[in-house]
Amino acid sequence: MSAARTARHERLLASGHTYTSLSDKIGKLALRPNGTLWFVSFACSLLLTLLFAAGVGELLEKGVGIWGINIPVAWAFALINYVWWIAIGMAGTFISAALYLARQDWRSSLNRYAEAMTVFAVAVSGLFPIFHLGRPWFFYWVAFYPNRMSLWPQWRSSLVWDFLAIIAYLLVSIMYWYVGLLPDLATLRDQARTRGEQVFYGLLALGWRGEARHWKRLESLNLVLAGLAVPLVFSVHSMVALDFSEGTLPGWHSTLFPPFFVAGAFFSGFAMALVLGIPLRRWLGLGDIITPKHLDNLSKMMLAAGLFVGYNYAVEFFMAFYSGDPYEIAEMKDRLLGPYAWVFWTVIACNVVAIQFLWSPRVRRNPIALFVISMLVLIGMWYERFILIVNSLFRTYLPSSWGMFYPTLWDLIFLFGSIGLFLLLFTLFVRWLPIVAMYEMRKLLHKLQGAG
Amino acid sequence: MAGEQERYGCMAFFETPETLVDAVRALREAGYTQIEAYTPFPLQALDEALNIRGNAVPLATFVGGAIGAIGMLVMQYFSAVMHYPIRVGGRPFASWPAFIPPALEITFLLAALGGVLAMLIGNRLPKFYHPVFHVERFERASQDAFVLVVRSERAEQRLRSLLQGLGAVQVDEVPL
Repeated sequence: MSAARTARHERLLASGHTYTSLSDKIGKLALRPNGTLWFVSFACSLLLTLLFAAGVGELLEKGVGIWGINIPVAWAFALINYVWWIAIGMAGTFISAALYLARQDWRSSLNRYAEAMTVFAVAVSGLFPIFHLGRPWFFYWVAFYPNRMSLWPQWRSSLVWDFLAIIAYLLVSIMYWYVGLLPDLATLRDQARTRGEQVFYGLLALGWRGEARHWKRLESLNLVLAGLAVPLVFSVHSMVALDFSEGTLPGWHSTLFPPFFVAGAFFSGFAMALVLGIPLRRWLGLGDIITPKHLDNLSKMMLAAGLFVGYNYAVEFFMAFYSGDPYEIAEMKDRLLGPYAWVFWTVIACNVVAIQFLWSPRVRRNPIALFVISMLVLIGMWYERFILIVNSLFRTYLPSSWGMFYPTLWDLIFLFGSIGLFLLLFTLFVRWLPIVAMYEMRKLLHKLQGAG
Repeated sequence: MAGEQERYGCMAFFETPETLVDAVRALREAGYTQIEAYTPFPLQALDEALNIRGNAVPLATFVGGAIGAIGMLVMQYFSAVMHYPIRVGGRPFASWPAFIPPALEITFLLAALGGVLAMLIGNRLPKFYHPVFHVERFERASQDAFVLVVRSERAEQRLRSLLQGLGAVQVDEVPL
């Protein structure tokens, strides 16, 4: 065994693991969990979720007037939250699918919880466009179905494209996630000792046995789904961007938006993967499976995406002044000096300045520093969407119709409540399902042993 | 002799993937063709040893995607040109560039659905009863054991000793 190979082995998976120890360690997290800390996080996220439910009740009762929106700023927190959440949902599939196609071994420890993060973030994000409709109970009017009014969706509208993109992405992510879970659910079924657990996991595993021909079909499917998921991710977030690009507002009407939005999505998604992964690794003792090498790789990806986002900020300013359009220039001046300038400078501090620390290998090896930077990126990306939406809307072409946007308490309840709902789903996932893909880890171990 | 015929096959447990693959090769040379291998993770060497050919998953994905793409384009044409045409800003009714994004998303959706269905149907899942689960130790096959099942309706002493000779740590009969 050469020295280089030993070092590589040490980095992706701590030495001393066997097929048995890997299966036992990860299976135990679902079957014999250690309660207190989990219960505290569950209780906190449940409280926030109840707050969210109260907000939804108030919204259905009184309408969107409970938020701070008005004319000219008719889109605010609901759309900011929507874009923020769906962006976070992009990186999970990207980690899972793109790294699979690129044959990157380090994905094996991360793909399961990253995919779960995707499914939950997209599910939460999909609620906001429905809530902001005014009459949310008619949301299905966007879909095409035979109806007695013989009406069709307006196919040329990016809002219809976006609706189809969200639905397609949510369903494909769930399928991709579940298909990968099948062999691990079978492992949990076989490890389970109580009747209830055996029935629960047995039903979910659909009778998976791990026969060679079954594996072959599953591997074909994983490859095909990965090949579909990568362009799907790009298309979905491009549709989100086109919601804005199709509008003729200064600050929105730009062909730059699709790639800019996709980069921003990966940026915040990698940040969320780190924000979830670092505590998981520490509290569940997964340091030997999610190694410093994984955190290092994730933070490099985050830095790369962040630099692209920073470049886009610069190009937006350049294009505004290069176009000579007075409305575009006024919009950019408002960003720098207007009433929401403090939000813009927070964005620059979080998304451009803070990530420069990631150039240092010492920072990339320090989980606490990484956690703090990732949180800043998540905050910065939320503020970026605030600037994008509110700063473009609040000063329209006619100065007589200018107006400010101020959030109400309900706006904040919907923001933090949605975080609660996401965390609630994630804590349930951590408690009941294998948070690391066990069969992928066994496959990785086999590969590493073969190399040695 | 009804009791002897109610038998699925003979199950052997191996400790490493390499001994399992070698055993599969040796059994095929000895003339056994109905061999199943159960492993805790996909093993590429088995595809060749068991002579597993391609499967329907890629084709089903393509068919699903084609249905999504063509179906969605046809439906948009039908709705915007034939069934309920609305003139918007003087644009043509059949404004096909705008029809591509919806068709693209539904293509992805139906392609993925086609692949998943082909995997489940090809693997005959869900299937909650299978004879191999009768063997108590089979639960290790999803964790750390490499298991081989040779289909045979009668108990064969020759097969048992052959399997033991190939390095099996345990050999069991699988009832039906």
